[in-house]
Amino acid sequence: MSSLDNNAQYPVGEHPNWEPPVSNVGVIGWMKHNLFSSRLNTILTLLAIYLLYTVIPPVVQWAILDADWVGSSKADCTGEGACWVYINVWWKQIMYGRYPDAELWRVQTAYVLGLVGLIPLMIPNFPKKKWISAYLLLLFPFMAYVLFSGDNLGLKLVETPLWGGLFLTLVIAITGIVASLPLGILLALGRRSNMPVIKTLCILFIEFWRGVPLITVLFMASVMFPLFLPQGVNFDQLLRALIGVALFAAAYMAEVVRGGLQAIPKGQYEAAQALGLSYWKTTIFIIMPQALKLVIPGIVNVFIALFKDTTLVSIIGLFDFLGMIQLVNTNPDWLSFAIEGYVFAAVIFWFFCFGMSRYSQHLEKKLHTGH
Amino acid sequence: MKTENSQHDTDDVIIEIMGMHKWYGPFHVLKDINLTVRKGERIVICGPSGSGKSTMIRCINRLEEHQKGQIIVEGTELTSDLKNIERIRREVGMVFQHFNLFPHLSVLDNLTLAPIWVRKMPKKEAIDKAMYYLERVKIPEQAKKYPGQLSGGQQQRVAIARSLCMSPKVMLFDEPTSALDPEMIKEVLDVMVELAEEGMTMLCVTHEMGFAKTVADCVVFMDGGQIIERNDPETFFNHPQHERTKLFLSQVLQH
Ligand SMILES: Nc1ncnc2c1ncn2[C@@H]1O[C@H](COP(=O)(O)OP(=O)(O)O)[C@@H](O)[C@H]1O
Ligand SMILES: [Mg+2]
Repeated sequence: MSSLDNNAQYPVGEHPNWEPPVSNVGVIGWMKHNLFSSRLNTILTLLAIYLLYTVIPPVVQWAILDADWVGSSKADCTGEGACWVYINVWWKQIMYGRYPDAELWRVQTAYVLGLVGLIPLMIPNFPKKKWISAYLLLLFPFMAYVLFSGDNLGLKLVETPLWGGLFLTLVIAITGIVASLPLGILLALGRRSNMPVIKTLCILFIEFWRGVPLITVLFMASVMFPLFLPQGVNFDQLLRALIGVALFAAAYMAEVVRGGLQAIPKGQYEAAQALGLSYWKTTIFIIMPQALKLVIPGIVNVFIALFKDTTLVSIIGLFDFLGMIQLVNTNPDWLSFAIEGYVFAAVIFWFFCFGMSRYSQHLEKKLHTGH
Repeated sequence: MKTENSQHDTDDVIIEIMGMHKWYGPFHVLKDINLTVRKGERIVICGPSGSGKSTMIRCINRLEEHQKGQIIVEGTELTSDLKNIERIRREVGMVFQHFNLFPHLSVLDNLTLAPIWVRKMPKKEAIDKAMYYLERVKIPEQAKKYPGQLSGGQQQRVAIARSLCMSPKVMLFDEPTSALDPEMIKEVLDVMVELAEEGMTMLCVTHEMGFAKTVADCVVFMDGGQIIERNDPETFFNHPQHERTKLFLSQVLQH
């Protein structure tokens, strides 16, 4: 039947649609096409399989099969595999630093309040996303601040030097992320402005922060900055680091956003102007949404870099996630478990960064409108 | 050059360009442009590529700045005063060669954005108006789609509807059919002809001579940054006055 069909002569212009040839579809088709399409490809595929074979089993053996999971001291680790007991024992320090035990619920409450806003945002088509974003950007930071530092609403004051661990990392990273995007946008607009004064100021600002290593920025913030303050004025160490990180990231963000702005065709500005839209309305409704969409990968890149760069605050005496792990590593009782600590840190960092990366890909797809 | 219309009725004048010059750097692109457009007039502007047609009509809504002479739109002179410029842009619609729709907004949002944010129209009313004009350009079923999902002819009709939603007093067209495949030109021209029949004041830069013959009250021929000739279509096409006009017409009417 089908062979008859294939040989049939169709009247001109009447050829029906055929199914694609079988060798191009299905699992076999896919493997043939992607893994063994040429001799070189076949060699590479086999090499990759061999590499995975040599690497994965020992890692699984060490991290899972031979690992010790339960216990309360070093003695519970029998030696062969990883000693996850270490993470267990130091969990609270790694997560919260020296935040007082009795007050930990405040941090946890803030986490919950944050997740309550964040999770619906990740769910496609969830209603009222605008309000949820407003809650996350305006109300939540305020609530989190009150909860974290206290001295208000009957909450006990918890000084920032007690903050630490993953909690501190998140505080710095999220503040940096939330502050650097709007700042970066304004700087990018300023750099493209027709007004020479604004333009020059923005260029100076951006080039200054981009030209200086973050370590230097942090040192300056913690050591030099107080020298310029009048006697007796006290400026929180963490706050100084936060400002340093945010301004540093904003300079990079500005250049990423500027790249997006440059890719917007002149016709978009002209069409908006011809309709009578002012500069700000054109920017907010027409230009920025398109420019930001174009540079989502670049923006997330800055976020990820910022997230990892927060580990540098340990050099000015703040004990972030990694800093806390390093501190624990110096404990005489736990000297030989640095590897577990670093592996744990790597895994946690990887999950956060990978999560951001995936979310950005999801956003890109969602915002794609077919052009 | 033909002298200006004799029955001078100043109340009816919508656009008045007087002794206008423009330079791009040292390049003198427009030279002593004088043009009066009355309410309801349909003016077709033609001329060889690079003669300054686009630049001239873009001066009317200040997408380009002129350096000498005067342009008065709806009684307001175009100066660097931003308030005046924005007021004039609200009243002057423009359709571009490459449509310039906003790709990140649905067709409906393309149409309602300016009425809502510039004219402060209630959202409901803006949507009703947008749907009305989408019906007029015969694509109401595309309202929820994005510009990237439409054909060129459909996009240009959306662009026309987008301008009309602002209820402009004048429409400027800059080669609205030049970027379209031949089979789509007609659907756009049909919309423009309808618009002309309803009495919209129009300035069209176009090489569609058929369109010029049927709807134009007056054809303006430009070359080298100057208006060379201005006449009613009948005279313009059958008895061109100027050698350059004759040459141009022989080139565009050949096929
Ligand atoms: N932004 C610009 N800068 C410099 N020269 C320009 C610019 N835009 C147009 N021109 C020049 O001005 C002349 C007129 O251009 P244009 O008005 O686009 O012509 P037309 O629309 O009649 O083809 C052309 O020679 C063109 O090269
Ligand atoms: Mg042109």
